Amino acid sequence: MNASIRVLSNPTRRDFLKAGAAAGAGLVIGFYLSAHTSEAAALAEAEFAPNAFIEIDPHGDIQLVVARSEMGQGVRTSMAMILAEELDADWSRVKIVQADFDVKYGDMTTGGSASVRSSWDPLRKAGAAARDMLLTAAAHSWNVPKEECAATGGSIIEHKKTGRKLGYGELAANAASVPVPKDAPLKDPKDYRIVGTNKHRVDGQYIVIGEAHYGIDTKVPGMLYAVVARPPVFGGRVRKFEPAAAQAVAGVRKVVEVPPVEMPSLFGEERPANSGHQHYLWGGVAVVADSTWQAIAGRKALTVEWENGPGAEESTEKQRATLVELLKTPGKQLKKIGEPDAVFAAAAKKVQAEYETPFLAHMTMEPVNCTAFVRDGKCEVWAPVQNPGGMAAALQSALGLPASAVTIHITLIGGGFGRRLNIDYGVEAALISRAANAPVKVIWTRDDDIRHDYYRPITRHAMRASLDAQNHVTSWLHHIAAPGTDSMYLGGDLPDTGGTEIAGTGLPGGTVPNYFLEQSFLHTAVPRGYWRAVDMNWNVFAVQSFADEIAAASGKDPLEMRRELIAATQKPSEEGDNESDPPSNVARLRAVLDLAAEKAGWGKPLPAGRGRGIACLYGFGSYVAQVAEVTVAKDGSVRVDRVVTAIDCGQMVNPDMVVAQIEGGVVFGLTAALYDEITIENGQVQQSNFNNYPVLRIADMPRVEVHMIRNHEAPGGIGEPGVPCVAPAVANAIFAATGKRLRRLPFQFQELAHT
Amino acid sequence: MDAIAITVNGKPHSVEVTPDTPLLWVLRDTLGLTGTKFGCGQALCGACTVHVDGDPTRSCTTRIAAVAGRNITTIEGLSPDGRHPVQVAWLENQVPQCGYCQVGMIMTTAALLAKNSAPSDADIDDALGGHICRCGTYQRIRQAIHQAASKKSANLAPGDATKNPALVEAR
Repeated sequence: MNASIRVLSNPTRRDFLKAGAAAGAGLVIGFYLSAHTSEAAALAEAEFAPNAFIEIDPHGDIQLVVARSEMGQGVRTSMAMILAEELDADWSRVKIVQADFDVKYGDMTTGGSASVRSSWDPLRKAGAAARDMLLTAAAHSWNVPKEECAATGGSIIEHKKTGRKLGYGELAANAASVPVPKDAPLKDPKDYRIVGTNKHRVDGQYIVIGEAHYGIDTKVPGMLYAVVARPPVFGGRVRKFEPAAAQAVAGVRKVVEVPPVEMPSLFGEERPANSGHQHYLWGGVAVVADSTWQAIAGRKALTVEWENGPGAEESTEKQRATLVELLKTPGKQLKKIGEPDAVFAAAAKKVQAEYETPFLAHMTMEPVNCTAFVRDGKCEVWAPVQNPGGMAAALQSALGLPASAVTIHITLIGGGFGRRLNIDYGVEAALISRAANAPVKVIWTRDDDIRHDYYRPITRHAMRASLDAQNHVTSWLHHIAAPGTDSMYLGGDLPDTGGTEIAGTGLPGGTVPNYFLEQSFLHTAVPRGYWRAVDMNWNVFAVQSFADEIAAASGKDPLEMRRELIAATQKPSEEGDNESDPPSNVARLRAVLDLAAEKAGWGKPLPAGRGRGIACLYGFGSYVAQVAEVTVAKDGSVRVDRVVTAIDCGQMVNPDMVVAQIEGGVVFGLTAALYDEITIENGQVQQSNFNNYPVLRIADMPRVEVHMIRNHEAPGGIGEPGVPCVAPAVANAIFAATGKRLRRLPFQFQELAHT
Repeated sequence: MDAIAITVNGKPHSVEVTPDTPLLWVLRDTLGLTGTKFGCGQALCGACTVHVDGDPTRSCTTRIAAVAGRNITTIEGLSPDGRHPVQVAWLENQVPQCGYCQVGMIMTTAALLAKNSAPSDADIDDALGGHICRCGTYQRIRQAIHQAASKKSANLAPGDATKNPALVEAR
């Protein structure tokens, strides 16, 4: 078994860090190796490891295992906080360990703002069971009733009557022989010492000294470096290549072809034969060298002839025109309430508008990369990956290896945003390592990264609504034209309701008595993928903009109209969290709307050229309302001055990181609203780097305020909910400032210019 | 390939690479100093920022031949104990999210404060304008810079910075 004692591979570095640590912080860093000493073996037998997440050794050292991927959202901290809370451990002295991929941890996918939500119960139970066993062991030691013993929060059990104390280390050996309880009691939230308090992220101190190790920083003895020439057109392939010139570049070791590979679904879903999925690694030619720069130089010298395939005919212009056409004929019906068509047709007052969103790239700061070593029937991978389970399955399939032969080390991730739910880069690195017969780090340059992404899909929305004489909304019809996202991986043209296309459609339209939702499918070779908040982005932009247009047509205040509409919610039960429906708990939604409005000064007059806009959502188990405040200049340029967010995400684990995620979500949403668009010409992405795919910079950062509603409801997600409302809130603010409605993302500011 | 002499964090090195090799890849691949990050390769994002004779410099577009004989400081050499005022302010304000861009931000900020002990917001916009943070930490960056300049203690995020648990990166 694994020894609980691990030795540092680099004591010099450790000494440096200890010196650099804040007073009292027992900083430890680096790779721990199993110690093959008799002392370690003896201690290993005495350690207390009641489950996969907790190890306590006789010295009282507590290791908490985090089985999710850290990419800035603070999961290494929050997961450990949940465990430490129920364990009543001394937070300042626990050690936090990043797990390798292993089925024993359950689902290790990090996405959908789900880590805290899905780990909340299992981790609390794991911690509580361990605490209960320690209590039992202590009661035995003192020969007293267990009820007289209590955990003090300092990794200590105390006998309350006598004041006797035993540390968790002293109890470890005995606790290990206590049967694991089935239903150990969970703590009352009012007794929380750790959960709900601000803890600094455990990676922070390594980040600021440059010792945080991302995937791209992986070092393996004998490692070579590679870059890959990939098909410039989606769905293209290598026809032939001439390696000689590349091989002549100093430091180039090998030039190897990466074969095309069909990849399994991302999350183990079954897909029927001939489903029409597009989940392939399309292959390429890898240049393997002694250093990254030599590999890049080798690739420049390489000549590859490509087989482009039908994707070469595609362009953004054609795709946009096709979307317009698709909206003219009926799509597939996804939802129908009442008689929407008849009511709309008969209405005297109608509102209609179309909205459009573009393809978008993830542009994580750490470009895609992966290090792999395939040898002797084994595959070892060091990957910045959000979906290690999916990557493991794909590696097994591509290499023909059993599960036991594949090891994935999950590294710190320099930004995920959904890009690293994909597994292409892991398979590619493994195939290159196998061909090169060496450990290889494959680095994607920035243009590789932006041109071979899985993009947030292009969409267009036709919205229609009717009003009665009292300006009540009587029908709401929404037609989405888009390429599916799930279809990329699973095949099939259209989603079932609840699939990854229609989240966010139902608020507020789903509260209207006559409602219709339909979708038409755009066929494209452009890969689609999950992008922070996924479908919630394009749907919330359409529906929350349209809600404002209805408010304007009916002469109502946008906030007041939203209050009215959500009050009409007739959702019968709390069953499920179908994010395409209105939320079941209207009171919580109403509370965030009111809080955001109050903090933003909703209704207070603003000077000419300035305006406020509001938007709200229910999603990922959380309730969000955002108010944007903008200034529009005569030349049409827009400055976002301030974004106020109110959020109810239930029980917060680490409140300051909730704030940070909203701050970051606002920037992410603003970047998409103001600047970015992936365009296709001759089947190829036209953008290449941050010069033509800008990201919001410090001078354009608005004042961001986050106001939280504190309660002990089930935890909601936080990584994504801050993003989708930003674009409609800004669009609505621009309308408030100018009377002009921008319906296309990124905003076409030239439409605002006036003299 | 001729040997090129550079000084990194006070230590002389002789590296055998082609003269057009960017300093970034010499630091990362040849010297193993991976604290300096690759973000764009075109001096557009600032993740690769180091000091060359004290000036913040994009190492991804700086040819190694251009820094022969110069003094280069990377994040690993910014302070002997990891407690440079900028690093301290970054932690106290809990600036980093994923953290990938932060080393570049810190290097530029350290150079800014060395020349301007009380930068205005406009000075900060000017100095940091070449940097990108995809996680969107700019608000805290600005706050941390003002704090580092004033040496005041933070009032944001009252966490227990001195009682942080240890993180073991891999097992």
